[in-house]
Amino acid sequence: MRLVPVGDTAFSVQFGDAIDEAANARVMALMSAVRNADLPGVVELVPSFCALLVVIDPLRTDFRSASTQVEAMAAQLGRGAGAQGHHWSLKVRYDGPDLDEVARACGLSPNEVVEAHAGTTYRVHMLGFLPGFAYMAELPPMIRLPRRSEPRLKVAAGSVAIADAMTAIYPWESPGGWHLIGHTDTILFDQVKTPPALLAPGDTVAFEVL
Amino acid sequence: MAALHVLRPGLFTTIQDMGRTGYGHLGVPVAGALNPVGLRLANALVGNEAGEGGLEISYLCPTLRIEGGTLRIGLMGAVTARLDRAGESRVLQSGRSHLLFPGDVLDLGAVSGASVAYLAVEGGFDLAPVLGSLSSYGRAAIGPLGGRALVAGDLLPVRRLQAAERAERAYVVPFDYGMGPLRVVMGPQADRFSAAAVETFLSSPYRVGRDADRMGLRLEGPALDQPNGAGIVSDGLVSGCIQVPGNGLPILLLADHQTVGGYAKIATVISADLPRAALAVPGSALRFHAVSMDEAEAARRDLEGRIAIAIGGLAELSGALNLAALYSANLVSGMVCGGEEDS
Repeated sequence: MRLVPVGDTAFSVQFGDAIDEAANARVMALMSAVRNADLPGVVELVPSFCALLVVIDPLRTDFRSASTQVEAMAAQLGRGAGAQGHHWSLKVRYDGPDLDEVARACGLSPNEVVEAHAGTTYRVHMLGFLPGFAYMAELPPMIRLPRRSEPRLKVAAGSVAIADAMTAIYPWESPGGWHLIGHTDTILFDQVKTPPALLAPGDTVAFEVL
Repeated sequence: MAALHVLRPGLFTTIQDMGRTGYGHLGVPVAGALNPVGLRLANALVGNEAGEGGLEISYLCPTLRIEGGTLRIGLMGAVTARLDRAGESRVLQSGRSHLLFPGDVLDLGAVSGASVAYLAVEGGFDLAPVLGSLSSYGRAAIGPLGGRALVAGDLLPVRRLQAAERAERAYVVPFDYGMGPLRVVMGPQADRFSAAAVETFLSSPYRVGRDADRMGLRLEGPALDQPNGAGIVSDGLVSGCIQVPGNGLPILLLADHQTVGGYAKIATVISADLPRAALAVPGSALRFHAVSMDEAEAARRDLEGRIAIAIGGLAELSGALNLAALYSANLVSGMVCGGEEDS
């Protein structure tokens, strides 16, 4: 574990430097611990694959005080997985514009790509890029591909996509460089709901073939 | 109810407050005022809470017509507004409040030499916060107008029937945002850069490129070498982070930055200097100077002290009513508004 400042209003607690489930579980456990402790002046927690960003209001606390408390919590984390997230089953129609190309590139049939993708349970490692955009891992090795060499300027909202060891769903129409293999009608972000995002870090997700 | 009617929207005018915190783990950017100090000072001019939502106007400013009742605005930033009232035109200075009347047309002109200026309305806008904030984030349609910038025809209601009966206020001197190199705390990934790259970063001038918006400033200057490549496992970001993609050219992240990113951050601009960084326009020259955490925190306290002094020293303009006396006589609520003119 390593704690580094990010300017005078944040610090990052890092658990290694690779995408792996154990590191991510520790990030989530620390996030819950810090949230439950309700430390004065902590205004934002941004978990990622193997780090937790703690953002502070420097008028209500300072780096030394907040980082010392969070570091102590990180040192006390057990080896357990921490709080369990929700499990979601999302219905997907596998009709994405890149499905055939993905199949060819992987030396599989489109059906085999669908079976591989839908036959795995994923863990939400973090949200980012866009509100509600969940990075889910790990994709079976047989369908892993680098991002498209030419990103699309417009990816439709609800597109189910893969890149490297990750799968994700675009909550919004946006530019995007991932391979689109299907789509879902599930709403992933609704600003009037509490919480506004359907998926949260630490949740698990399975896909159901429509 | 008083309202601002948007006749021309300007280039990119948005409603912003101090930002939307608490949803970063769901990928929701903080957004908020690029220059929060400017918005705080504008709010103080009209007696609002520091974090009340106001208009952030960038480059080409909007033209607004006052509807429904008198209202008071506070203007901060490098703008010179023109007010058309009953066929007559006059200039409204920035750095002070102004009482406006129904039918007045306010043309804010252009922001000169800075990216943004602020307009606060007394009482604030009568708009519903989204996820606890009035800040606008267009990319995900989050904010009171669906997160978008103003368009012609928008009507922005104000939480007041009329402006309060009181003297106009003005800052005696322009606010000093400081000068010299932008101070940074090194990291969080300075160790991924070669020693030469760190030296180059701290000793070279960078120029703000044309690609400058609420997400960040792309900088032009010497490229910064990362022996092990620019990509890192994505981690969390704050405004002020200076990330360096594969081409070696730094990007200084501002209010609308994504919550996480996969490029190494060589350094992070300290919060005391972030308003000044955010005011930079394409072509501005920026330099960076590394400071310790203690220096960064002291600089922020110093900035807060200067803000408090500026607000504490607000002058009431001549012709001022003696508010304390009016309140003690319990006359304010019964007074008829009007007759108070901008000089």
